[in-house]
Amino acid sequence: MSLLELADVRKNFGSIEALRGVTFAVQAGSVVGLVGDNGAGKSTLMKTITGVYRPDSGEIRFDGASLADKDPRAIRERGIEMIYQDLALAKMRDVAANIFLGREITRNVLGIKFIDHKRMEIEAGKMIEKLGARVKSVNQIAGLLSGGQQQSVAIARALTFNPKLVIMDEPTAALAVREIEHVLDLIRNLKSHGIAVILISHRLTDVFAVCDRIVVLRQGAVIADDPTAQTSMNAVVSHIVGAA
Amino acid sequence: MTVAPDAVGVAASWRVRFTSATAFRVESLLVLAVLTAVMTVAAWPYFLTVSNALNILLATSTLGVLAIGMTFVISSAGIDLSVGSIMAFAGVVGCLAVNNLDAPWPVGVLACVIAGILAGAVNGFLVAKGAIPPFIVTLGMLGVARGVALVLTNGVPVYGLPAPIVYLGQGRPWGVPAPVILLLATAFIAHIVLIHTRFGLYAQVIGDNEAAARAMGVRVERMKGLIYALSGGLAGFAGLIFSARVNAGDPTAGISYELTAITATIIGGTNLFGGRGSVVGTVIGALIMGVLQNGLNLMGVSSYYQQIAIGAVLVFAVWLDRLNRGEGRRR
Repeated sequence: MSLLELADVRKNFGSIEALRGVTFAVQAGSVVGLVGDNGAGKSTLMKTITGVYRPDSGEIRFDGASLADKDPRAIRERGIEMIYQDLALAKMRDVAANIFLGREITRNVLGIKFIDHKRMEIEAGKMIEKLGARVKSVNQIAGLLSGGQQQSVAIARALTFNPKLVIMDEPTAALAVREIEHVLDLIRNLKSHGIAVILISHRLTDVFAVCDRIVVLRQGAVIADDPTAQTSMNAVVSHIVGAA
Repeated sequence: MTVAPDAVGVAASWRVRFTSATAFRVESLLVLAVLTAVMTVAAWPYFLTVSNALNILLATSTLGVLAIGMTFVISSAGIDLSVGSIMAFAGVVGCLAVNNLDAPWPVGVLACVIAGILAGAVNGFLVAKGAIPPFIVTLGMLGVARGVALVLTNGVPVYGLPAPIVYLGQGRPWGVPAPVILLLATAFIAHIVLIHTRFGLYAQVIGDNEAAARAMGVRVERMKGLIYALSGGLAGFAGLIFSARVNAGDPTAGISYELTAITATIIGGTNLFGGRGSVVGTVIGALIMGVLQNGLNLMGVSSYYQQIAIGAVLVFAVWLDRLNRGEGRRR
C-alpha cells in the first residue's frame, strides 16, 4: 500500500479546471519529483493535499485513511508537512514562534492553556542546532533574517514534528549553489530516515539528482509517471512542454 | 555548520525579552513622560495631584476598554469602526433590561456585554464568512447599532439605574474610581491573552501573514469571528461603564469614539497593518490622550485646539517609531 494515494482528484476555480483528474501515488520513504510548466496545477495540487483547498471530487488517502474534509491542522497532525515556496513565515514573529506556529507548546494553568515560551525557545534551539542552520538566536525576528536563514526556519518547522511526508515547493529556486547542495543532502537524509518527499522544482538537474520517480503534470493532469532510471531529461522536457 | 548551544536563544537579553513580551513602543512611554512633565509645569499646581491623576484615569477608562478590543482587531490587520455605536447600543440594552423589564441588576450587566458580543459576532461573521472587508462591515454596523439604539429609546436617554450598577461607574473602592479598576483589570487580562495564549498569538499572526496562518492550521475564519466578537464584547463592557457613570443609557453615547480608540491603539505601538500589537502600549496611548486633554483643560485651552493637539501627537508618535526602527524597515 502506498503512503499517499490520489485518485481522480479534480478542482475547479469557477470555469477554470485547475486539476482534471489527477492520479498518482507516493511510496513510504521515496522521493517523488513533481514537474510541470507554470500553471500546470502543481501548487493547486499540493494545496489540495495539505487541505488549504478542498477537492471537488476524487479521493486522497494518506497512511490508509481518507483526507476528505480534513482541514490543514488535521492533515499536519497526520504527518504531512509542506515547505511553501514563499516559506509561509510570520515575519514579525521570532524564529521559535514560527517553528511552533500552529503547534505551540502550552502549559495548563487553572484549565487555561498558556503558551510556554521558554520551552518553545529551548526546543526550537535544539532543532536549529540539529539541522546545522546558521541562525544566531531563536529570538531573532523571522523577517529580519536572510533568505537562506528564513528557509532554514521553514525547514526546521516542517521537520520538528516527525512527518511521514514532506512536500517541498521550489525549495532551491532562491538559493545559492552551495545552499542548493545543502537542501538536496537534506532530501537524501530524509529518505534515509524513511520520510517520503514530494519535490516540486523547475530545476530538472535537482529532480534527477534526488528523485526515485518523476511525475509530470500538464494542464491539470498527470501525463507521465516514471521511475527516474527509466526516463531521461529529454523525455521529461518533452512531456512538460507537450511535445510528446 | 553548527551553532554553539549557548548562542541559541536560551539566553535572550532582558531587554529583548521585555520589549518582545509587551511589544510596546518605548517612544510612547517617552511621549507620555514628556507630556506629563510639560503639563505639570504648565498647569502648576493643579495637574500633578493624586486626585487629578485619578481623574485622568477615570476619563480614560471607557476609551481604554474600547482601545483594548481595537488592539486585537488591528493586530489581525482588521479595523472596527463600530465600537462607539456598539457601546451606545449595549448601554441602552442593559438599561432597558433593568428599567423597562425590571430585570435584576446582574442581568443588566450581562445584557450590556452580551449585546456587545452579539453585535461584534455579526461583524465577525460577515468579515470571516462573507469575506467583506472589515472597514465596510463595521462601517455598516456603526450605522446599524447606533440606529437600533436610537429606535429602542426613541432617541431619549433611559435614566435611573439600580445602585449596584451605578456603583460600577461612580463607586470609589479604596478611594479609586471603579471604572479605573475595571480598566486596569481588563488591561491585565487582555495583556495575558494577547501575549501568552494562542488566541492572542494567532490574532497577530493572521495580521502578519494570513495565508501562512491558514497553512499552519490556524482556523482563520473562526479566529476572525472571535476577534470581532471580543471587540464587540469589550465595547459592550465600555457601554456598561459609561452608562453607570452617567446613570443612564444614552443612545448618543460614544459618537466618534472609534477614531479615538484607533488613535490610542496606534500611538501605543500596535501596527496599523497588523502583525504586532500591545495592550500595554494601548493603555499608554489612551493615557497620552487623557493627559493631553486634561492638561489642556486645566490650562483653559479650548476643546477646538485639543483636537489639533491629539492629531499632531498621533503623527508625531508614529514618526518617532519610524525613526527609531531605522534598519527595521526591511519588513
